[in-house]
Amino acid sequence: MNREDFPLLKKDIVYLDNGATTLKPKVVIDKMNKYYLEHTANIHRGDYDLATKTNELYDNVREIVREFVNCDYHEVIYTSGTTMSLNMVVFGYMRKHLKKGDEVLLNKGEHASNVLPWIKLSEEIGIVIKYVPLDKNYELTLDNIRKCVTKKTKVISLAHVSNVIGDVRDIKSIGKFCKEKNILFNVDGAQSVPHMKVDFKDSNIDFLSFSGHKMCGPTGIGILVGRKELLEDMDPIFLGGGMNNYFEEDGSYELKEVPTKFEAGTPPIAEVIGLGETIKYLMNLGIDKIHKYEVELKKYLLEQVKAIDNLIIYNKNSNSGILAFNIDGVFAQDTAVYLNHYNIAVRAGNHCTKLLKDEIGVKNTVRVSIYFYNNKEDIDILVKALKNNKDIFKVII
Amino acid sequence: MDENFRREIILDNYNDPMNRGLIEDDSYLKTRTNSESCIDDLNFMMKIEDDTIKDIRFDGEACAISTSATSIMIRSLIGKKIDEVRKILLNYQNMINEKEYDKELLGELNVYDNIQPNRKNCALIPSVAVDKMLEELK
Ligand SMILES: Cc1ncc(COP(=O)(O)O)c(C=O)c1O
Repeated sequence: MNREDFPLLKKDIVYLDNGATTLKPKVVIDKMNKYYLEHTANIHRGDYDLATKTNELYDNVREIVREFVNCDYHEVIYTSGTTMSLNMVVFGYMRKHLKKGDEVLLNKGEHASNVLPWIKLSEEIGIVIKYVPLDKNYELTLDNIRKCVTKKTKVISLAHVSNVIGDVRDIKSIGKFCKEKNILFNVDGAQSVPHMKVDFKDSNIDFLSFSGHKMCGPTGIGILVGRKELLEDMDPIFLGGGMNNYFEEDGSYELKEVPTKFEAGTPPIAEVIGLGETIKYLMNLGIDKIHKYEVELKKYLLEQVKAIDNLIIYNKNSNSGILAFNIDGVFAQDTAVYLNHYNIAVRAGNHCTKLLKDEIGVKNTVRVSIYFYNNKEDIDILVKALKNNKDIFKVII
Repeated sequence: MDENFRREIILDNYNDPMNRGLIEDDSYLKTRTNSESCIDDLNFMMKIEDDTIKDIRFDGEACAISTSATSIMIRSLIGKKIDEVRKILLNYQNMINEKEYDKELLGELNVYDNIQPNRKNCALIPSVAVDKMLEELK
């Protein structure tokens, strides 16, 4: 779909590392350039025309995000990305509200940014982290979550779509369950928001994080959506200009309202504006179409690789555009280097998901991650290379 | 160097590396390498006596380049005096980083004299590890 919108696709590359970051359409690049070329100004502090225009564009992105994920305008916070958003949740909200012995449910398919902050918090205040076991397909189910919940469970924190297995967690049911049990529901949307409709309200989400760069947008910008009443009781991690009403010598101060109190300092203005353009682009394309298209391409890929007998695939069943595999007896990085020989970009490693090894038995995998601008031809080129894998060492050494 | 010959040496050392597998022995120096641009994760141990490297062993998951380089490096260093080892490491690192170096010192390690830029870190793993363990002596 829409390949012609992406300048980089005019080059002879097969880009299948969309889980790491995505290519940018020209409209998004142009929109950001325009800020630099035609209306550079800081926000909220200028009385001149340039600043007014910039302000308008900047503020309007909150409205675009609101519509995109169905939340309220004041629930949208600009951050630098999913990692920052998740850290704000853990150190701005959870540190203040959880206490020793409170339990947080994670699982071993989570990205470092949804594990390490919790480990640090547990070191600081003694919360207890429990890892919900994955099922036989390495997927997370509500059933398994239920079995781990106790009276002390205060938070369930998970990726909507996990970044190696690519299983789509049933956040609607989990959100409903959390609401019934009075458990906070923290969702990492880094791998889902770019690909499918995520409905903040309908899924009873308390906090939702995602990154611009994984959805055709710029790096350095992400979003944290939080339920208003929770945000009002959340501490900012950064303090400074733009987020306070006053401060005095005697140490008294007052912060601005949500969400401004979480946005200290000059934000990445071009990136915010670029993110707005990206979301408009995705909404025009039809976010529902994207996921369906990717799942079909993955099915096509699975069909094609069936004949290759030395491929070990870890996530045949998962319902997204992510495929994790290894060539039997070949180190993942060697496979990625081999594929690079054919201009195919994939990722090898643990994908920042260092605990998954306990579930799938290997530390490193090769990950193919599809986006809407990939096509069958990309898959054919990949499959051809994989079919010839007997030659791998001839090619890479 | 003949490409087939180069490949054969690398693959032999990858498939059947020297001294893979760690042992329990407190008289060894130990280190773990974990490079940023390479996903290899190797543990090393090294025994030094009379200013001489008596043994180096390693274990872990790694790519063809770093595993083979480790194997060849181990074979090249065992039995050598520390001064000599430092010279070899320096020249090896210079070779990988495309600086001037003395080919004569490197023997079989010369198979990496033409390494692709994105594999440099893999090839450097064993020398970084041995360097790190030698640091501990100071
Ligand atoms: C599931 C998941 N969570 C969080 C992140 C972190 O995102 P970022 O690096 O944009 O902060 C990623 C990105 O790799 C991810 O895949």
